[in-house]
Amino acid sequence: MARRVTTRAKLTNTIIAWFVGLTIFFPILWTFLTSFKTEGDAVAIPPKFLDFHWTLENYIQVNDRSDYLLHFWNSVVISVGSTLIGLAIAIPAAWAMAFVPGKRTKDVLMWMLSTKMMPAVGVLVPIYLMFKNTGLLDTRIGLVIILTLIDLPIIVWMLFTYFKEIPGEILEAARMDGATLRSEILYVLTPMAIPGIASTFLLNVILAWNEAFWTLLLTAANAAPLTAFIASFSAPEGLFYAKLSAASTMAIAPILILGWFSQKQLVRGLTFGAVK
Amino acid sequence: MGKISLKQVVKKFGEVEVIPPLDLEIEDGEFVVFVGPSGCGKSTLLRLIAGLEDVSDGRIEIDGKDATDLAPAERRLAMVFQSYALYPHMTVRKNIAFPLKMAGVDHAEQERRIASAAKALNLTDYLDRRPGQLSGGQRQRVAIGRAIVREPAAFLFDEPLSNLDAALRVGMRLEITELHHRLATTMIYVTHDQVEAMTMADKIVVLRAGVVEQVGSPLELYRTPQNLFVAGFIGSPKMNFVTGKDAAAHDAHTIGVRPEHVKLSKDTGHWAGTVGVSEHLGSDTFVHVETEGGLGLMTVRVDGEMDVHHGDRVFLTPEEDKIHRFDEKGQRL
Repeated sequence: MARRVTTRAKLTNTIIAWFVGLTIFFPILWTFLTSFKTEGDAVAIPPKFLDFHWTLENYIQVNDRSDYLLHFWNSVVISVGSTLIGLAIAIPAAWAMAFVPGKRTKDVLMWMLSTKMMPAVGVLVPIYLMFKNTGLLDTRIGLVIILTLIDLPIIVWMLFTYFKEIPGEILEAARMDGATLRSEILYVLTPMAIPGIASTFLLNVILAWNEAFWTLLLTAANAAPLTAFIASFSAPEGLFYAKLSAASTMAIAPILILGWFSQKQLVRGLTFGAVK
Repeated sequence: MGKISLKQVVKKFGEVEVIPPLDLEIEDGEFVVFVGPSGCGKSTLLRLIAGLEDVSDGRIEIDGKDATDLAPAERRLAMVFQSYALYPHMTVRKNIAFPLKMAGVDHAEQERRIASAAKALNLTDYLDRRPGQLSGGQRQRVAIGRAIVREPAAFLFDEPLSNLDAALRVGMRLEITELHHRLATTMIYVTHDQVEAMTMADKIVVLRAGVVEQVGSPLELYRTPQNLFVAGFIGSPKMNFVTGKDAAAHDAHTIGVRPEHVKLSKDTGHWAGTVGVSEHLGSDTFVHVETEGGLGLMTVRVDGEMDVHHGDRVFLTPEEDKIHRFDEKGQRL
């Protein structure tokens, strides 16, 4: 018997869902609204929701004071670069682990994941010193390297679960059908794996874009991405909520737009394998 | 042509020998069924022939030529998998065309062969759909279509019907048998279902733990099973086995008699017992009788109209000339 869903239950669920959704979204909305307020309105008690003096002043000042485009470009290079290098390493690794697993494959996967359980600050000093000695501090290359290494376990795990879902029999069928290794990869494997690779790519770009521990600690000015751009508005000259909000909005807008357009792939990527 | 010979073929996975040295001849145009319980090595044997697994020792010959070290594609064999193994991102047309494309067949010839396979398999209306939009039976037909277009020396089927529901399975069974008559190409078919084996095969190979227990036509296996395993495996319901003094009376350690070769009477007979469950199939009824004297449960096939009830006291008499005799090692006497 199908479960009975009453109108009242539906209504309650809808209200709860909207409530949870709006609660999660509220900080972003508030940041967005604050970015159009004057500094006075931004700290006004009681808070002003929509009836404040709308201004673009904050955006203009933020742009005057720092080079948004430089930070934006740094973010792009670091997040996309680290993801691409990560994929180049992870695809063959995940491929091998999914299709020709050895006795220790599971252990290797667990070990890789375990590195993510260690607090990053634990290796801060050695890594900082290594970067200092090799001249990688405040360089894009340095950040690409560190973010590649940090996100590699996640990339391998995501791809591994994707490749695992490709039935081995299909590859065998291709072999029976006369496909060489090259055409097997080209015509059968890759088309089936592309959705998985795409959503891994997107998710990891977002992770790398928002990474704020290493990007803040290993950069100063030249290689600083948008995370550092936001941070630069938070402390030094007292708190300027409106300008901080404007900087935040500018920093998250690109990734929000990317996420919005690729939400289908992202959701698929996060739930893949959960249901057949 | 599609004559396949296995000569002293051995397969080991690490230290475990799943197929001890095995010899087998498959003649051109034969429909051979490998049958046996789960884990008996029948699928492994098929994969060895296909070239998807490497043999550990021995030779595989196809049409007299050594194929032991040939890649799967070079053996001119086509395989239909249990999961169908269709390419999900390709349309039916492209799925069927894939082996032709790999073989470099020209476009006009591809189209001709696809059209003829689609017609033979009732797939013409579905050529532009993807596998995900097809039912199980249709997917199975696409998998067969992909095998047919290659015009292979032999077809290999790995439990192709086990994912289908019962009604479709019977239909597809007929279609595959019909296909065999039409193409007259060698077919090797793996199944654990002895009914499929009996109804489809020219020749059945019964396997247990990688060992060939018996090779023969369905009726040979039914009439003269070489040992207890084959006797128990072939035939449905299963053969009744009796040991002890009744067997000794026939100079045997064990005697076997099929349910259809036991007479059930309400008045008199050789063994007495009490009726347990009766399975009414309409045309026949299978009566399970708990016999007296420690002989255990026996199954008897009676006419569907016969009036028997749970708890009835009945008598069973085996047909003397249909009794199978086995020695203490389980071999036929």
